[in-house]
Amino acid sequence: MIPLSDFLIFAAILFSMGIAGIILNRKNIITLLMSIELMLLAVNTNFIAFSYFLGNNIGEVFVFFILTVAAAEAAIGLAIMVILFRKTKSIEVQKLDLLKG
Amino acid sequence: MTFLQLLFYTFAMLALIGAFMVVVSKNPVQSVLFLVFTFFATAGIWMILHSEFLSLVLVLVYVGAVMTLFLFVVMMLSVHIETLREGFVRYLPFGLIIVGILIALTVMVLGPARFGLAQMPAPGLKPADYSNLANLGSVLFTDYAYPFEVAGVILLTAIIAAISLAHRPPHKRKTQNVVDQINVTPKDRLRIIKMPSEKN
Repeated sequence: MIPLSDFLIFAAILFSMGIAGIILNRKNIITLLMSIELMLLAVNTNFIAFSYFLGNNIGEVFVFFILTVAAAEAAIGLAIMVILFRKTKSIEVQKLDLLKG
Repeated sequence: MTFLQLLFYTFAMLALIGAFMVVVSKNPVQSVLFLVFTFFATAGIWMILHSEFLSLVLVLVYVGAVMTLFLFVVMMLSVHIETLREGFVRYLPFGLIIVGILIALTVMVLGPARFGLAQMPAPGLKPADYSNLANLGSVLFTDYAYPFEVAGVILLTAIIAAISLAHRPPHKRKTQNVVDQINVTPKDRLRIIKMPSEKN
């Protein structure tokens, strides 16, 4: 049998790769959004592993809602990116400084 | 090593390789495709954890809809690949240190000493008529019916937001005015001129 710690360590490594993606790819909005999706995936895996080992279904219900919110957030983030590209013809994060003092 | 362990380690390695390539890829389209690959491998792991419905929902909805959306947007935007990698080498040691500390801390806390098979025993085999979908539905629609409706409202909000953001009004577009078209009379379109016919 596979112990729970294996699943949790796998989710932790996936999560830290998502964080590394955010740290290393600061200029690229697309990779930023994808690193956020990676982090959400790691958290989902955590929930499902605990749901299996504790014999509950509550973890899976929560994963259901996290998937919903992640899909909504990805759609709105991409819509904002599309408008940014229409206005400035590039997708650098540095261009989003109109509110800078 | 049992077949289940072999399967888990295979899927885990594939998912971690895919995640690594997502972060490291130069081409955004390659990044999105590696993320799709990671999602497929993680769906396999969720299937090992007896949640068949959610692993298939991950593939159908998350990969099929959200990642397809990503691909469309990535291919629509023309990206200058050189300017996007400027901060990569500068932040690389900092990023590696952070990742190393995170992994070390989580392995210490979540390691086999606390969450091994002695502390959290693996649940036994389920009966033959066990249906993950039925169990999930019986909890979702009774105890969690209100959050379910709120999730629907969240999706509605996302639809309204995305459409109102990305919609372009017919600013220079030539469209038809249906009311004008219906109110047209023959006099507006046709003018009959009476001319005497010429001889020879």
